[in-house]
Amino acid sequence: MSFDRDARTALADGQLRGALRHATTLFGERRRAAIADVPDWEGARDRARAIKDETLLHLDRYLEQFAANAERAGAQVHWARDAAQACDIIAGIAARRGARTVVKSKSMASEEIHLNAALAARGIAPVETDLGEYIVQLAGEKPSHIVVPAIHKTKGQIAALFAEKLGMEPSDDVAKLAAAARQALRRRFADADLGVSGVNFAVAETGTILILENEGNARLTTSLPRTHVALMGIEKVIPRFADLEVFLRLLPRSGTGQALTAYQSLLTGTKRHAADEGPEELHIVVLDNGRSRMLASPVTRQTLACIRCGACLNACPVYRQIGGHAYGSVYPGPIGAVLTPQLLGMGESAELPYASSLCGACRDVCPVKIDIPAVLLHLRAQAVARGGTTGTRALLERLAFASYAAVMARPRLFGWLMACARRLHIVPPLGAWTKCRDLRPLAPRSFRDEWRAGLRHEGGR
Amino acid sequence: MRVSLFVTCLADQLWPAAARGAVQVLRRMGCAVEFDERQTCCGQPAFNTGYRPEACALARRLIEIFESSDADAIVSPSGSCTAMLHHYEQLFDDPRWRARARAVAQRTHELSAFLVNRLGVDDVGASFRGRLTWHDACHGLRDLKIKDEPRRLLRRVRGAELVELPPPGAETCCGFGGTFSVKYPEISVAILDEKVDAIDRAGVDAVVSGDASCLMQIGGRLSRRGSAVRALHLAEVLASTA
Repeated sequence: MSFDRDARTALADGQLRGALRHATTLFGERRRAAIADVPDWEGARDRARAIKDETLLHLDRYLEQFAANAERAGAQVHWARDAAQACDIIAGIAARRGARTVVKSKSMASEEIHLNAALAARGIAPVETDLGEYIVQLAGEKPSHIVVPAIHKTKGQIAALFAEKLGMEPSDDVAKLAAAARQALRRRFADADLGVSGVNFAVAETGTILILENEGNARLTTSLPRTHVALMGIEKVIPRFADLEVFLRLLPRSGTGQALTAYQSLLTGTKRHAADEGPEELHIVVLDNGRSRMLASPVTRQTLACIRCGACLNACPVYRQIGGHAYGSVYPGPIGAVLTPQLLGMGESAELPYASSLCGACRDVCPVKIDIPAVLLHLRAQAVARGGTTGTRALLERLAFASYAAVMARPRLFGWLMACARRLHIVPPLGAWTKCRDLRPLAPRSFRDEWRAGLRHEGGR
Repeated sequence: MRVSLFVTCLADQLWPAAARGAVQVLRRMGCAVEFDERQTCCGQPAFNTGYRPEACALARRLIEIFESSDADAIVSPSGSCTAMLHHYEQLFDDPRWRARARAVAQRTHELSAFLVNRLGVDDVGASFRGRLTWHDACHGLRDLKIKDEPRRLLRRVRGAELVELPPPGAETCCGFGGTFSVKYPEISVAILDEKVDAIDRAGVDAVVSGDASCLMQIGGRLSRRGSAVRALHLAEVLASTA
């Protein structure tokens, strides 16, 4: 994974940048409009965070309560330590149910465990049914946004893709494109033996799962096939049904700028009578995959408060320029830059915490007030403490900071060095800076020189 | 009121007009200004890059320096470095150092916030001919919640017209981010260009901000693009009586 190289590739892609600029601006504006008429938005953010903090402090208890209540309602709960185990569990269920075709509604957790590849390797064909995910799957790509998977694609690119893969007349009429996808997907729904969904919230006191969506595909995924598998990270649990009130107020507004998504499916267990709608079996797979490690300290723990709204991606100046793929991880943007190194370990993703100007726009829009810059700084300190990135560049950086600290602790040495640099016109070797920006030269006289030369006494008081 | 100037290394070495301007404006408002020449850098570059022990050592130094002054307030022509001082507490585990860090932070103010909120002035008697736009430096805006203060001050500058920056707007990052601007120069400049495009569209004579770091970034690109728009520190404008 090379964030630097992939970011530069993204920057050279004019279509990508146009699509990103358009979409992130639009979502930012919609979000602002949607929260403008909410009384006490700040209070709602505080309440939601307090609920998450409380849950995370007693996560074991709430998870057990959720599992007990879900099972009482007829669901089967499975615990998965890591991605491989989660894939095995889901593939095992599919095999036992003789499933050949699997329909999926949008689930970032399923992306995280690379479920599609795992199912395909076992001869099972997973079909993404969220329009954005479907586009990405047809194109053989990965989602580049956690809420808007195909945000990087222009309408023209999607039209060309559908013409090629679905054999439709080339058209960039959105209604025609959506109709073509719907027609193709309805057939897959009818064939599907098993549906896989994600989970937005899991209510401990009732064993209910809540899924939010706009296209109705999640409702079909969870009700049409005979078996429904819901995949959730351990952090999705909330204590009480009444807690949904505040999260439903925050999530759609932050994510897509909607007061509410078109569909909210509250699913509790399986159907009771043969004539009822819904699957015969409901399996809930609860995934750890590195999450419990984050519980250790308050700084890292707040990462688990995330409700995956995607607002921080839309607000991030870095994401806006390069999009999601450059991050090289399932979760991109500010939340991805803190989540990925903690899920996967620093080894492969030590660069990601540095992929930020620390502007703090992410923290401002986060509906649960995650202090993402603080987590980024924490992870940067970890990267440095562990020896971080290796190579000449890292060594030079260490050397530079050691010298910097030594000089800055000695004001006279600092003054003398700066005076020398000034006299000899020494310019720091900042080729990276000067390629596109002029470097401001040292002032002819420093402030401290001016102060000594008389500014100290000027102006009386 | 007695004020100790927290000059910041950037203003000291690269943008002395900002530090001088701060001294002049503070004096004009009746403050006695002192400057402790032992101060160097607040440690922010180390802190932001993950070098905590280095940042911690510099934090201890600066806390001791400002503790040695009994000035009523510590004032800085930088939102970013003021915010760093406000972050000092979290660098320490030792409760005594945390308390010392907190005590110094409570006395430390960014220039515009000090003028408007502590001294209660909008009009500092400045005059400056030109059309200006304001760039909110991120740490001043988001860590210290400084938004109206510099605008109120600039609106009262005689001869100056203040216009808000068109989209992506004054509040969007300029792409500097300290070491970020050197580690990822292409992304940094891509972010910056959106800002500079907006400045171009605003038709202003100067872009004004409260941090020398953002001004270096924005000014460096304006000059590379051959723009006539100047990058000015707030203190320079407020000190001007021309």
